[in-house]
Amino acid sequence: MTRQNILDLYFMDARSKLIDIAAFLDRVDRGEGEPDFRLAAFRKALEELQRGEPVRARRVLLSLSDPTTEPIAKAPGKGAVGAWPGQEAH
Amino acid sequence: MRYIEPHGHMVSRTTDDYEAMITAGCRAVCEPAFWAGYDRSGPQGFYDYFCQLTDYEPKRAAKFGLPHFTWLCINPKESEDVQLAQEVIALIPQFLDRPNVLGIGEIGLNKNTRNELKVLEQHIDLAARHEQLILVHTPHLEDKFKGTRLILDALLADSRIKPDRCIIDHVEEHTIQMVLDAGFWAGITLYPESKTTPPRAIDMFEVYGGQRVWLNSACDWGRSDPLAVPKTAIEMRRRGHSEETIDRLVFQNPIRFLGQNPRFDVR
Repeated sequence: MTRQNILDLYFMDARSKLIDIAAFLDRVDRGEGEPDFRLAAFRKALEELQRGEPVRARRVLLSLSDPTTEPIAKAPGKGAVGAWPGQEAH
Repeated sequence: MRYIEPHGHMVSRTTDDYEAMITAGCRAVCEPAFWAGYDRSGPQGFYDYFCQLTDYEPKRAAKFGLPHFTWLCINPKESEDVQLAQEVIALIPQFLDRPNVLGIGEIGLNKNTRNELKVLEQHIDLAARHEQLILVHTPHLEDKFKGTRLILDALLADSRIKPDRCIIDHVEEHTIQMVLDAGFWAGITLYPESKTTPPRAIDMFEVYGGQRVWLNSACDWGRSDPLAVPKTAIEMRRRGHSEETIDRLVFQNPIRFLGQNPRFDVR
């Protein structure tokens, strides 16, 4: 597909999601109290969007991922929250 | 359009979903064993579940003209209790001869713990001893990258396991390359929030190729869409992919992998 085709197909959807992210960050700023590690992880992942190579999705996913390699001793629960809390959380 | 749903947890779906799938062109559905949303109280609960997957559910699907196949295991979400897992694994061989059983799955990891890894290795051994296909669940969100690496290492460490008889499911942009490079099949799961959207799934198909890739909805009791595969096929049309290319991805590829078990006789 040409870049023009891609814009025709996906620009409005991407625009909508971009504004959703902006509104989400505004909402967090207006909130009270201290945010947990997820906000910092989210902001760090956003930096990956500025890179010039077409591997942004991969880099955003890696940015939010546990980078360690050894299995942990015990499950802290069953669920995942979407961002790695850091080594000290285990 | 014709397609295979290679990963759907139909016991938690309605008969309306069966009707919608068959109307959309579904030719077969495959149901891996999974977590019920709560921990079962003991091995008997799994015995009953395996009976449901191998007896009742195929009959329910047959009422809609849809062939139903299944995979058996204790899901990684319940693998932290190693003793329970061993008791459940011991139940599985008596079900392997049932006519709709395709292999061992969905095994894998959830939070990447030592106990989960131990149970994964026991499942891999079970599959190897009984020459079964393997369907692997990779962890969610922040745990996926690490878990996928641990799973690939465990599979590759067992010389009896042939990568082209294993599918690593729920790949995303940060895991698909390592899965394909190691010779495994890759499953792309289409979810409204987590995992992958149709546009991203097609991106991966275009970037990494579709030789050893399938699409699935993994529809269950959570937010999921049993029609995610045909909807993605429609998205592929919008991008200009040919009907032959779409058919290869959503129909022929699942048959190529699942057909390694002669019980999967969908043509």
